[in-house]
Amino acid sequence: MAGQAQAWLDVSEDASSLTLRPQGDWVVQYAEALDKSLQAIDTIGQRAATFDLSHLDRLDTAGAWLIHRTARSLERAGAQVTTAGANAAHATLLHAVARADKPAKIEPREGNVFTNLIVRMGAGLDEGARTGRELVAFFGLVLETLGKTILNPWRMRATSTVYHMEQAGLNAVPIVSLISFLIGAVLAFQGSEQLRRFGGEIFTVNLVAVSFLREIGILLTAIMVAGRSGSAFTAQIGSMKLREEIDAMRTLGLDPMDVLVLPRVIALLVMMPILGFISAMMGLLGGGLVVWSELGMSPAMFVERLHASVDFWDAMVAFIKAPVFGLAIAMIGCFEGLKVEGSAESVGQRTTASVVEGIFTVIVLDALFSILFVKLGI
Amino acid sequence: MREREVIIAVRDLRNQFGRQVIHDHLDLDIYRGEVLGIVGGSGTGKSVLLRTILGLNRPREGSIEIFGKARSDMTQAEERAVERRWGVLFQDGALFSSLTVAQNIQVALKEHLHLPQKLMDEIAAVKIGLVGLPPEAGPKFPSELSGGMRKRAGLARALALDPEIVFLDEPTAGLDPIGASAFDELIKNLQATLGLTVFMVTHDLDSLYAICDRIAVLAEKKVLVTGTIDDMMTQDHPWIREYFHGPRGRAAVAAKSMAPKA
Repeated sequence: MAGQAQAWLDVSEDASSLTLRPQGDWVVQYAEALDKSLQAIDTIGQRAATFDLSHLDRLDTAGAWLIHRTARSLERAGAQVTTAGANAAHATLLHAVARADKPAKIEPREGNVFTNLIVRMGAGLDEGARTGRELVAFFGLVLETLGKTILNPWRMRATSTVYHMEQAGLNAVPIVSLISFLIGAVLAFQGSEQLRRFGGEIFTVNLVAVSFLREIGILLTAIMVAGRSGSAFTAQIGSMKLREEIDAMRTLGLDPMDVLVLPRVIALLVMMPILGFISAMMGLLGGGLVVWSELGMSPAMFVERLHASVDFWDAMVAFIKAPVFGLAIAMIGCFEGLKVEGSAESVGQRTTASVVEGIFTVIVLDALFSILFVKLGI
Repeated sequence: MREREVIIAVRDLRNQFGRQVIHDHLDLDIYRGEVLGIVGGSGTGKSVLLRTILGLNRPREGSIEIFGKARSDMTQAEERAVERRWGVLFQDGALFSSLTVAQNIQVALKEHLHLPQKLMDEIAAVKIGLVGLPPEAGPKFPSELSGGMRKRAGLARALALDPEIVFLDEPTAGLDPIGASAFDELIKNLQATLGLTVFMVTHDLDSLYAICDRIAVLAEKKVLVTGTIDDMMTQDHPWIREYFHGPRGRAAVAAKSMAPKA
């Protein structure tokens, strides 16, 4: 060991005193081995100890700390400790380290695991309740701003709104179309397999048409938009919040609700129905192609079946739901963005929360809508 | 005094972003054990120079020799070895926001060495003491610290592996005058105690007077002159005259001459 080590410790001991001779480079690279050899020294019962530093080549703070720590524990055990042979630089460093020796706390305070669990559950519940309450308040604020903007349309930030319509709407068209097309095809494929068992494969068209127009088209779109744009809204507004841009805006007399929130809300209000419509059409296209290839039903016949199975309200339901979903996603995205504080980690947490809450809210709203539509008979 | 050892030599450096040339034929030597201050107007590429030496920015042309070896000839392992011999304090500390101060200091120790956790905790505690942070700062997260404390914590992290050189990017920017001069004092003390070489980008004339052995002026895409503060006072270049003889320069000189000798 001593052959390869570039730092080691010579210990000599006689009846009355202990002499420690650090040798070589006492630097952080060799600290592990040095730490071990120093820990091995029996500090109990020593009456005098001498550190002979004359053979020391290099010394850094880690090495100085090890020497200081050993000297300190020897002193505490009642030994008289002297240091000899230190050059000026080493002495300065040892002195500085001795002055820096204060018991600093290292880990953040941690309680008992069980208590922590309960504390975390409580904090989670409290957080959930508070978020719900704040979200309702924020919803009111959005409606108020929206109302004011409708009364004074020149307050609207047209450029920003159009920009977000492009980002959240137009740019989402390819991915929404592709996913809807594939899901439409899969639905038709699986549906026709099941319906064939009782000879009703012709009703595959009803299955695809009704489910896509009423539910799947708009739900798929809403989930995609929550993942794509709701998260983007949170991250954008969140990092602006971190860099105090939101505060700067307020001091300049700009209302972040006007400048940041409303353009995003309006963009999704407008774009969601359009995206939902595209999704429904692509779903029908995917379903239609599968029906054509699997069941040999011609496009003309598909359209005829479509007319027979779908009524006006089936087509309208999605258009009623779409703006509500869009509003919910945009609002949650902006709300979570404005709640960012402190660190980059907070942006991450808020973005996750934004997507989860966005999708959750959309599905809850969708359930409420279906109850409503059943009661209304549409 | 014996010939001073050059530990970083920059030769014929050219940096260019698009068509905008930042540095052209820039030469600079950094000697062991000195405190070198880099000054220059905004946009003269002080930070770009710092980043280029650190290897965060690849120069268009020229060579950078670190500890006697050209950066372009280094293997990846050699580059890693060099990185262990320097520490960097970024402008606002650039502490990792998800780690506590003590954990920030231990990042490099954990990555490069295999030390028992107890020893790493002790080393972190010593560094916290060395940079003048209170012991309670250890378990705090960067977002809970003031600007001055973040800089001290950043310095402690830069010193984690006991580097030979520390690079400081505007260490006193954003600090109040008391905090700034305390930080100057800290750098001076640490430099003397640990035998550091300090490369400091700064705008703070008081720091230049208080702690820099040598000053390099960046202008006209190169290092225009290097020398002591007294050399700077006798320069004829209009920008340098304006910088050191302007109202703030004069105030700093007056402060220096009134200050009691430490």
